[in-house]
Amino acid sequence: MSDTLLEIDNLSVDYETERGDLKALRDISFDVQKGEIVGIVGESGCGKSTLISSILRLTAPNTRFRHGEVRFKGDDILTKTERQMRDLRGSDISIVFQDPMQTHNPVLSIGRQLVDIQHRSNATKAQKLDIAAKMLAAVGIPDPQARLKQYPHEFSGGMRQRIAMALMSEPDLLIADEPTTALDATLEVQIIERLKELQSEMNCAILFISNHLGVIAELCDRVVVMYAGAVVESGDVREIFHDPKHPYTRRLIECDPGHIKTRARILPTIPGEVPDLVNLPDGCIFRDRCEQATERCHQVPALEKLKDGHFAACWLNHPEEATA
Amino acid sequence: MFIYTVKRFALAGLILIVAVTAMFLMIRAVPGDPVSIMLGPRATPELKASLIAQMALDQPIWKQLLIYYGGLLRGDLGIDVFSGRSVVEIVFQQLPYTLEMITLSVLWSAALGIALGAYAAAHPNTMIDRIAAAVSVSFVAAPAFVVALLALLIFAVQLQWFPAIGAGEGFWGRLNHLVLPSFAIGLSWVGYIARLVRASMLEVLGEGHIRTARAFGLSERRIIMSYALRIAILPVVTVIGVGMGFLLSSAVFTEIVFARPGIGKLVIDSITTRNYPVVMGTVLVSTGLFVLSTAIADLLNALLDPRARSAK
Repeated sequence: MSDTLLEIDNLSVDYETERGDLKALRDISFDVQKGEIVGIVGESGCGKSTLISSILRLTAPNTRFRHGEVRFKGDDILTKTERQMRDLRGSDISIVFQDPMQTHNPVLSIGRQLVDIQHRSNATKAQKLDIAAKMLAAVGIPDPQARLKQYPHEFSGGMRQRIAMALMSEPDLLIADEPTTALDATLEVQIIERLKELQSEMNCAILFISNHLGVIAELCDRVVVMYAGAVVESGDVREIFHDPKHPYTRRLIECDPGHIKTRARILPTIPGEVPDLVNLPDGCIFRDRCEQATERCHQVPALEKLKDGHFAACWLNHPEEATA
Repeated sequence: MFIYTVKRFALAGLILIVAVTAMFLMIRAVPGDPVSIMLGPRATPELKASLIAQMALDQPIWKQLLIYYGGLLRGDLGIDVFSGRSVVEIVFQQLPYTLEMITLSVLWSAALGIALGAYAAAHPNTMIDRIAAAVSVSFVAAPAFVVALLALLIFAVQLQWFPAIGAGEGFWGRLNHLVLPSFAIGLSWVGYIARLVRASMLEVLGEGHIRTARAFGLSERRIIMSYALRIAILPVVTVIGVGMGFLLSSAVFTEIVFARPGIGKLVIDSITTRNYPVVMGTVLVSTGLFVLSTAIADLLNALLDPRARSAK
């Protein structure tokens, strides 16, 4: 068996809408190795969420998988039965969601929910409650026995996000869907630390979705930059931050608040808007917002390997073709 | 939770006081001399005068109200002018017939409506969902007295499966007599509750915590039954609470169609004879039940929803 855990291969996903098919993901390809932390970065609406729900196959009813494969441990997830998918969810693949205030059922006690997710175990209810208390203690929640009887609204946001991570069995792949976006900075650090711990304890791979470049740089080995449903650049995290090969990545780094050294009167932004994914413009998807766009950009640039482990989809990286 | 319960019942008491006062004033604004209607055209002035004195009708209205409240505190709702029987006795004799009819109606319609709504929400936009929607809407549109008449014609007169009139004797006899009335009352509630449950269920199924439950591989059945339904039935509890009270007043149509005893029939009969004490007594008791059932619904909601419990 190879060391590749998850391979996304030419994945294209549409949403059927009244205006026509919304091409949410187009020819996405990247992979995640065992034990690796891969970051996915991009603006909201770039298809990050569609990608995650496709991996777990928890997509909305109007979702259509047009082509491509999502291979987990070599098997295509998209052809699995619902029953087989359920066996993967929560055991081989776990997820931490963006909004901790929405993660838990508001009318069931935390203890009940922690017991319910152990539905694969044959332990008695008392044993499961015991494990649940240990889970809470493990993520630093004081007095876990008493808190099992409490309801989600009686916990703070940071606590809830830690509980969400406590729910984890020992997955091979952990998807973290902007787990710190809804939290303040100090909590963010705690969650990142906790993710690192989890990774070293369980040796699981992490797919970390965020629009916070600083966190990605801190945590990830590799990063995939997405724009409007396509991968524009991917590669080693240091490579990409020091030598971005796609204008979008470059602008993203420039616009990151952590990157702005002097106190600017106007925060830099990327002008223009994300194109309409129902009526896609031809050519490079970033063309309309790109300052360096040329005639060549009316052709779609392919995601090409520039050097080992660094891919980008931009004509600027191919100067020899300029003359052609 | 205890403080919330106390507060809720204090509010219920307040509502009751306002309702009784309003009712007391309104009934006296109705034209017509109660004493002449009660005693008939050939009553002597002496007889009239003694009845007026007995009912305290010669007193100023605020004093009449105080006298009424005084009686209320002692559990005395006055005397029926015709039979001389205690109003409390009359009302509580009729009340069980109405209560059993309403309770049975609400029980069967809630059970069927919740099941139908939950099933439709779990299979949205399928054939069954569309059929359920069409059936629900037509049920909602059918007024109880029309359904009552049709049910009477078909099942009692033509097929003779169930008795047409009266309330029956003994447990099975009474139950048998309840089938058609509670069918007539409950039918539109089935549709109403099914639509309500479907809408609130679809909303809940779109919430983040359901995605969590799915992401942890919980079975769809368990997600629907214990994770989503617990939240989706919260509005149904409130609606049933108000609905029980509403049915107390609308029960009158059904009681008349099936010639059943009950407080609906009692209040109509006593209004036509200007039997003030009985009207007041009946209205008071049904207002009390209305206030009680909404209070119980609120408490039940608090019990089912920990967020509501700690917010209050």
